[in-house]
This record gives sequence, structure tokens and C-alpha cells, in this order.
Amino acid sequence: MLSIENLQARIEAEDKAILKGLNLQVNPGEVHAIMGPNGSGKSTLGHVLAGREGYQVTDGHVHFLGKDLLAMETEDRAREGLFLAFQYPVEIPGVSNMEFLKASVDAVREHRGLEPLDSVSFLKAAREASKTVELDQAFLKRGVNEGFSGGEKKRNEILQMLLLEPRLAILDETDSGLDIDALQVVAKGVNAMRASDRSFILVTHYQRLLNFIEPDFVHVLSGGRIVKSGDKSLALELEEKGYGWLEDEVA
Amino acid sequence: MNDFVVNALGRELSGAPGWLTALNRQGRTAGAGKTLPTIRTEDWKYTSLRPLQDGGYAAAPEPLRASVEPLATHFEVPDLDALCMVFVNGQFSESLSSSDAMPEGVSLVPFSRASEAEAALIGEHLDSLANPEGRLFTALNDSWLSEGLFLRVAENVRIEKPLQLVWLTTAQGENFGFAQRLLVLMEQGSEATVIEHFTSTDDAQNAFCNGVTELVIGADARLDHYRLHLEEAGALHVGNVCASLDRNARLNGFHMALGGRLKRIDLAVRHRGEGSHCELNGVYLPRNREHVDYHTVLEHEVPHTSSEETFRGIVADQARAVFNGRIHIHPGAQKTQAHLTNRNLLTSNQAEVDTKPELEIYADDVQCSHGATVAQLDASQLHYLRTRGVSEQEARVLLNFGFINELLNRAGSEPVRQYLRPRLASLFARDPNLARHLL
Ligand SMILES: Nc1ncnc2c1ncn2[C@@H]1O[C@H](COP(=O)(O)OP(=O)(O)OP(=O)(O)O)[C@@H](O)[C@H]1O
Ligand SMILES: [Mg+2]
Repeated sequence: MLSIENLQARIEAEDKAILKGLNLQVNPGEVHAIMGPNGSGKSTLGHVLAGREGYQVTDGHVHFLGKDLLAMETEDRAREGLFLAFQYPVEIPGVSNMEFLKASVDAVREHRGLEPLDSVSFLKAAREASKTVELDQAFLKRGVNEGFSGGEKKRNEILQMLLLEPRLAILDETDSGLDIDALQVVAKGVNAMRASDRSFILVTHYQRLLNFIEPDFVHVLSGGRIVKSGDKSLALELEEKGYGWLEDEVA
Repeated sequence: MNDFVVNALGRELSGAPGWLTALNRQGRTAGAGKTLPTIRTEDWKYTSLRPLQDGGYAAAPEPLRASVEPLATHFEVPDLDALCMVFVNGQFSESLSSSDAMPEGVSLVPFSRASEAEAALIGEHLDSLANPEGRLFTALNDSWLSEGLFLRVAENVRIEKPLQLVWLTTAQGENFGFAQRLLVLMEQGSEATVIEHFTSTDDAQNAFCNGVTELVIGADARLDHYRLHLEEAGALHVGNVCASLDRNARLNGFHMALGGRLKRIDLAVRHRGEGSHCELNGVYLPRNREHVDYHTVLEHEVPHTSSEETFRGIVADQARAVFNGRIHIHPGAQKTQAHLTNRNLLTSNQAEVDTKPELEIYADDVQCSHGATVAQLDASQLHYLRTRGVSEQEARVLLNFGFINELLNRAGSEPVRQYLRPRLASLFARDPNLARHLL
């Protein structure tokens, strides 16, 4: 599904290396959790994979479903099935959530050779998805993320994921700032989508999320590299001991 | 250039009701010897009146003929249950206007049909806000005036239906000019919605509209005022909207202008009674080689008044927009709150905007702010849309639309919003496919 080899990336404006030789292999159907200290490069990884401007890849390769991901335009990555739930979703006042969702779904479906959904079926799908993430339908009419609370923005990200049916979803701290009910809502959304041909990368600081979404692997990203990988028990160990012991181990 | 003024002042008058001739003469006197402002005049620095110079726009329009063309398609707003008054090339068209009886306490009459009492009221208030001595185009308007529209809403009367006032132009054999005039008297405690709708047929226009609108808003009265400029780009327009607000009066203004060869709107709001409030929202959208110029002035003349003004523009291709927003706080006008923002998006590197907010404050206990920005689309918004599979081109259309739609959402009338949205969308997307999610 996704294979990252020796990925090195820096921030163009700052001339600052952030990812320093990152390797990660995600197979179909797997759920990977990535944990790690603040500033270690977790969000940067998501942005580089999604194609955000301002990052320069200086070395390494990324293959997504057999294709060279880094050679693709951002929108083509999404159409091929890559989805990034943002740590900080962007507000777009004046464009309604509904218009935005329809534009996304149409673009992705067209790329996949599917008929566009007529507005009735689309509306139905959107309403169902908003029910799943427990977001009132009124949010469909509001501007994209405009004035949404932190938790509402996160739910809106999951709603988009549900409608776009990606092959690989990267959830960047979707659990941060959520109350316990919302956390379960997000988990429900993810679990409902788990499938043998769909994979997830969950970036999180809290073991708690992994009680609801059971990962196949847990990785620690530190200093721009994966410094340790393990199964879900690693998350418990991190919760208990923090990250300090890893530095000793790596050194 | 002087020829235009000379010809305009020398234009033979026809069809004006007798009680207007005194005003016509005054207009001639006020305009005599004056010349059109040039770009050396500070107020006209960025807007050239050259289009008026040639082409005989001083000539009068041909008389109105019974038209075979279905003109209503150019102004009908679906689902808008309005009382409609229509002027074609400045002349009142009874057949296109609503024939409904006016509610009790409301006069809505063309000048040509005003009763003696109405004529007296009109005479009393015309130029009570507009100033023919200080503004040449107002003098010309006075001198040409043979028709106009008068609205009076009596004390405590609330008009349920919006009033849609249409000024439509058609192309004629020769260039022509006409005076557009609206006088609104909102008496104490009255309420109304007035939609000034400037439009045209689709073919290349050769009309010059010289407009003057006066809105006299009495104590505790409320006026929702729309002014929509949706004419074909060949149409020339120089317009002046003057409003005055008495104690606790309220004005909600929504302005929208497509660009054209010459389009200049001067908007002046005078706060003359304590507790008055005015909200102004406006958008302008020139493209190709079009031009649009808004000059707005908020006069806070007494204490405890407030205004909130937001204008936004998207300037495309080689178009040019001008925005000048002045806030003037008079001596003693304490506790004024006045805020003005103007944001512009340039969608091409040949597009240009000249924006200038001006603050003049002669009182110390006030809250005022102004700000103007010129920018391109927000990169993080663009990126966010693209991460959802939306093409860059469509993302640009969505964001341009959103930037304007945010203000459109503040317009109170849902049918008007519905009417304007697809028109906006089609402006931002030459390929209709790119606007398909906005319709
Ligand atoms: N645009 C930028 N300009 C300057 N520095 C940046 C920029 N983007 C990221 N960085 C820096 O890159 C480093 C990695 O940031 P990143 O957001 O990837 O961290 P993270 O692991 O997601 O942290 P957190 O757990 O706090 O979300 C940080 O030191 C951050 O300050
Ligand atoms: Mg992060």
C-alpha cells in the first residue's frame, strides 16, 4: 500500500531538515499508530505525503499503490486514495460544507471511473455520514469548518473520510482535543471503514485512542526517523515511561 | 472634454412636468462653466471620464416604444415577491411595472405621475442631500431631470414586500445619456426594503446613466437598501447615493457591481441623529478590461452613532478597481464607533486595485478602525481543497466565490442571494464545469 524509504525532507523557507531518513511500510488492511514527541516531524510526514508546498524532499522514495507518490499533484494523490485528516483543519468561509463535499466526492469518483452521484443520493450519503460522526446536519450548510469548535472540525474531517472512501487514511491527531464521546465517534468512524484493502496511519499522543482502534503496529517517530516499532503493547510502555528511555536505547 | 458638459447643459428638455423646470434651470446654472473632472482631480485620480468625452452621450434617449423584446427576463428575480417599478432608458414603463395598489401610507410614484401634494414633497426634498453646487454630475442630473421615482413611507408604516426598482437600458442607434433619480422618504418608525437594480439587455450598451439617489431616513426608521449593478459592460454609469440617518435610524446597505467601461459610485452616509446605525456591505467584480470605482464616505456628525462597512473585490484579467473609503468624525461626535475594511483579491498579475481608506477624526472618545488589503488566494485553503481531490482550477473558483459569498450571505433577502449566486459563480469560472458545484 505505502512504502516509504529513507525519506528526507526539509522546510524550504527555514532551510531546516525535519525528516531524516524515515522508513515505513504499510500493507493493505493494516493500522499503524505513530507516536512521538512534539516537533519530531509527525505532521511534516503527513504534509509531505499529501503534497503540501513549502517542503522539499531531499532524498528517498515513496510508493503508494505501486506509484511514485511524490511525483503526483496533491489532488491526484487524493483521487488515488490518499486522505489526510489535518491536525489543524482549514476554515473556508463562504464555501458551504455541502458544496465542498460534493466537489470532492465528484472529483474522486470521476477519477475512479464512477458515475457522479446525483444530488439526492449525495445528500443522503452526506446526511448518513454526518449522523455517523454525530454532527448535526446544519453543519453541512455552514462554511467549511467556519467557526466550528475544535471537536467539530475533527468530526468534519472524519465525515470527509467517510464520503471519500480512501485507500489510505492518515489521521493526524484527530483524537486531540476531543471529549471521550467524540473520541468514540471518531473510533467508530474508523472501525466502520476498516477493510482488507484499506489502511490507516494514526498519529496520536494518547494510548487512549488505541483502546478504541486497535493498531497492528506502533512506531515512535523521533528526530525525523522511526526509532522504534512494536505492537500495541509499545503504546502502553510509552504511556508509562515516556520517550526518554528510547533516546538512551537508540544511542 | 468640455463639449460633453456644454452639450449636456444645452440639451433640450422634453416631457418634464412643469414643477421640475425650476430645478432643471438651477441645474444648468450650477453646471454652467464647469468642466468634467480629470485624473488630475484627487477624487478622480484613478477613474478616467474619457469614455464620456466622445460619442455624444449628452444626447437624449429615443422615446420609449412598445417593445417586442421580452425585457422582463433581464430583471426578474425568481421567488422575489416584490412590488416592481421599471424604467427603460430612464423612462417609466407602466407595462413592465407592477400594477398592485400600494399599501396604505405608501406612495411609490414616478415623478411624471406625482400628485400636486407629492410634487410639493419631492420639490422640498430633492437635493436636500445631493449637492449640485459641489458635484457637476448632480447639476447635470438636475438639468436633465424629466422623470424619477419617489417613495414615501408614512410614520410607523412597514412595507412587507420589497420594492424592486429597475433601471434597464437597451442599445439604441446613437449613444445617449439619461438621468436616473430616486428619492426615498422614510418617516419616523417606518420600515422598507428597496432594491435598486441596474441592468440592461445583453447586447453592447451605449447608454450613460447619471444617477442620483437620496435616502432620507427618519427617526427610528429602518431601510434595507440594495444597489445592484449588473449591466452589460458597455454601459456607462456615474452614480451618487446619499443617505441621512435621523435619531436611532438604521440603514443596511448591500452593494454589488460588475465592472464596465466606466462605473463610478459615490456613496455618502450622514449620521445626523444620535443612536443611528449603518451597515454597508459591498462587492465589486471587474474583469477583462473593465473598471469599477466605489468612493464611500461615512459622516458621523453627532455623538453615539455607529457604522460597520465591509467591501470586497475580486479583480481579474486586466481589470481595475478603485476603492476609497472615508470615515469622517465631526467635532463633538463622541462615542462614535466606525469600522471599515476593504479586502481585495487579484486573480491575475495584470489586474490592479487602488484602495485607500481615510480616517478624519475630530473627536477624542471614539472607536474607529480601518484596514485595506490586497492579496492572492490563501495557499492553505487552496491546499486543503486539493487534498480532497478538487482540481486546482476548481479550488480557485470555489475560493473566489467563497470570498464574495461570505458578504452576500449578509444580504437579508434569500431570493436576491439565490439570484446573485450563479451570476457570481459564472464570473469566476469561464468554464461552467468549474462552477457546477456552486449552482
Ligand atoms: N512552516 C514551518 N516553518 C518552520 N518550522 C516548521 C514549519 N513546519 C514545521 N516546522 C518545524 O518542524 C518541526 C516538526 O514539526 P511537526 O509539525 O512535523 O511536528 P509534530 O511531530 O507533528 O509535532 P506535534 O506533536 O506537536 O504535532 C517542528 O520543529 C516545527 O516547528
Ligand atoms: Mg503534529
